[in-house]
Amino acid sequence: MSLTSQLIQFLFTGLTLGSIYALVALGFTMIYNATGIINLAQGEFVMLGGLIMVFCTAVLKIPLLIGFVLTVAVVMLLGALFERLAIHPLKNASMITLIMITLAASILFRGVAMFLWGKDPYGLPAFSGGQSIQLWGATLQPQIFWIFGITFLAVFGIGLFFNRTLTGKAMTACSFNPLAARLVGINVRKLVLLSFGLSAAVGAVAGAIITPITLMEYDRGPLLALKGFAAAVLGGLGSGVGAIAAGFIIGILESLGAGLISSGYKDAIALLVLLVILWVKPSGLLGSAEESQLKKF
Amino acid sequence: MGKKDFYPLLFVFLIIAIFPWLVGGNEYYISILIFLGINGIITMGLSLLMGYTGQISLGHAGFFGLGAYSSGILTTQYSIHPLAAFLAGIFLSAIIAFLVGKPTLRLKGHYMAVATLGFGEILFIVFNELSPLTGGPSGLSGIPILTFMGYSLEGARYLYLVWGFVILLLLFSLNVINSRVGRALRAVHGSEIAANAMGVDASRYKVQVFVLSAVYASIAGSLYAHFVTFISPSSFSLMFSILLLMMVVVGGAETIWGALLGAMVLTLLPEYLRGLEDFEVLAYGGILMVVLLFMPQGILLGVRKLFEKKRN
Repeated sequence: MSLTSQLIQFLFTGLTLGSIYALVALGFTMIYNATGIINLAQGEFVMLGGLIMVFCTAVLKIPLLIGFVLTVAVVMLLGALFERLAIHPLKNASMITLIMITLAASILFRGVAMFLWGKDPYGLPAFSGGQSIQLWGATLQPQIFWIFGITFLAVFGIGLFFNRTLTGKAMTACSFNPLAARLVGINVRKLVLLSFGLSAAVGAVAGAIITPITLMEYDRGPLLALKGFAAAVLGGLGSGVGAIAAGFIIGILESLGAGLISSGYKDAIALLVLLVILWVKPSGLLGSAEESQLKKF
Repeated sequence: MGKKDFYPLLFVFLIIAIFPWLVGGNEYYISILIFLGINGIITMGLSLLMGYTGQISLGHAGFFGLGAYSSGILTTQYSIHPLAAFLAGIFLSAIIAFLVGKPTLRLKGHYMAVATLGFGEILFIVFNELSPLTGGPSGLSGIPILTFMGYSLEGARYLYLVWGFVILLLLFSLNVINSRVGRALRAVHGSEIAANAMGVDASRYKVQVFVLSAVYASIAGSLYAHFVTFISPSSFSLMFSILLLMMVVVGGAETIWGALLGAMVLTLLPEYLRGLEDFEVLAYGGILMVVLLFMPQGILLGVRKLFEKKRN
């Protein structure tokens, strides 16, 4: 394979990975904006999305589209339930305690998934045909176009929700200042619940579309959460656009690093870039420097 | 050290002194207590960094690994005396903590969490990939057991060595906390801007305490390497960094005793749950969740509050 076609191959792989990281990062951003919490169970939503999708389509034989909607709805409900049972009851806990609770929840979710599905990875047939496509000498699976398309739709939909609907605008207000939002009559607690549900749904979407390519097993969550968290922070915590951009940057860096330099050091390369960016710009790519100075746990 | 710390310290000292007799020399119980001591050393450092100074680190498994690999590599491949290797590990960790800490500690909250996490992961990858030195993913074996004046330090003797370090570092930490430096650290935790305004050089103190906590982790790493005699990268992964953080939070980050208590709870808990097999992860997650939900400030303060409620 020539260098150009190799580069194209790596680029598409990177974009595929990046789509997933972007969706995970977007999930982090939504909960962070509503509550200031980093939800370390975010990766588990992706894992659950993948495994429930497998259960719906492969075991129950539900048609793809209905199975997809059902999966997203179930995981969304789980996310909301998690908020009600674990986050909602704590009113005066410190931020680090809340974050540790999401960590405990992620262990719990993993335990449940291992109990229900066992430790084996599960596959899923591609959404449309398994025939690979040749493009400028690179071999591409059709599924990646589904991934690009659905990621785009999800991002577009979330953008519309935040900018065009009253509830979305209320959530934005809530992220700027929860107290002020409450003063103008916004029900902050309800929005927190919604943010957990929505970010779980976004995670489930990511899980359902990636499973045909990468398979899915019970302990996939932490690594995805790590990359998504890194992307959310790199983009400048709280900035949706930043999170998506950073997700793609990390995905592409990882894929290029693996292909051109060394597959063993691929994560190290991505992380080193991340560290350097943070050292140069302590508030992330699109974060506000002033705001980041005031942050603490 | 304050007066209120004297009796708990005496209690720890006595328990450790008679422990080998208490369990009738049972190797298993002694080894758990050794692991507890090793984890406790790291969580004490983290408590200084997190609980007192308010800075988070998700990279301390890396410093733990630096200590372990320094001891492991220098003693097996270069036949250097374990004590020299131990000091080399401390030195290396301190230098790296200083170099990384300077730019990283300017970051706040979640940004600092991600930066330290990234740093820890880079070290983890290096442990994996630098196979000529570290043995790569399959690990490094044959690390010698320590000897002292002709006695090989095994079982109860190693327990005393590890807990000797725990008690020394505990004393040192308590002295730091109750000194001018300790008050400065708490001021930085309260508000960095206010601390700076009062003439406390916040960034210098933050780097110092970061280096100190890295040294603690490195000491623990060396002790770990000479105890298990085989090390592999999986012991120094992000999961361990997170587990350490969990120990500090579960025990109570605000006091050094809480950090030790957290190390104890989370070292013992998996041992108790081992019989549950497939349910282990489930039970572990569930218990952590319940503890955090009902004692958000950690077990130490939670239990203290319960007692106070009863008294009133």
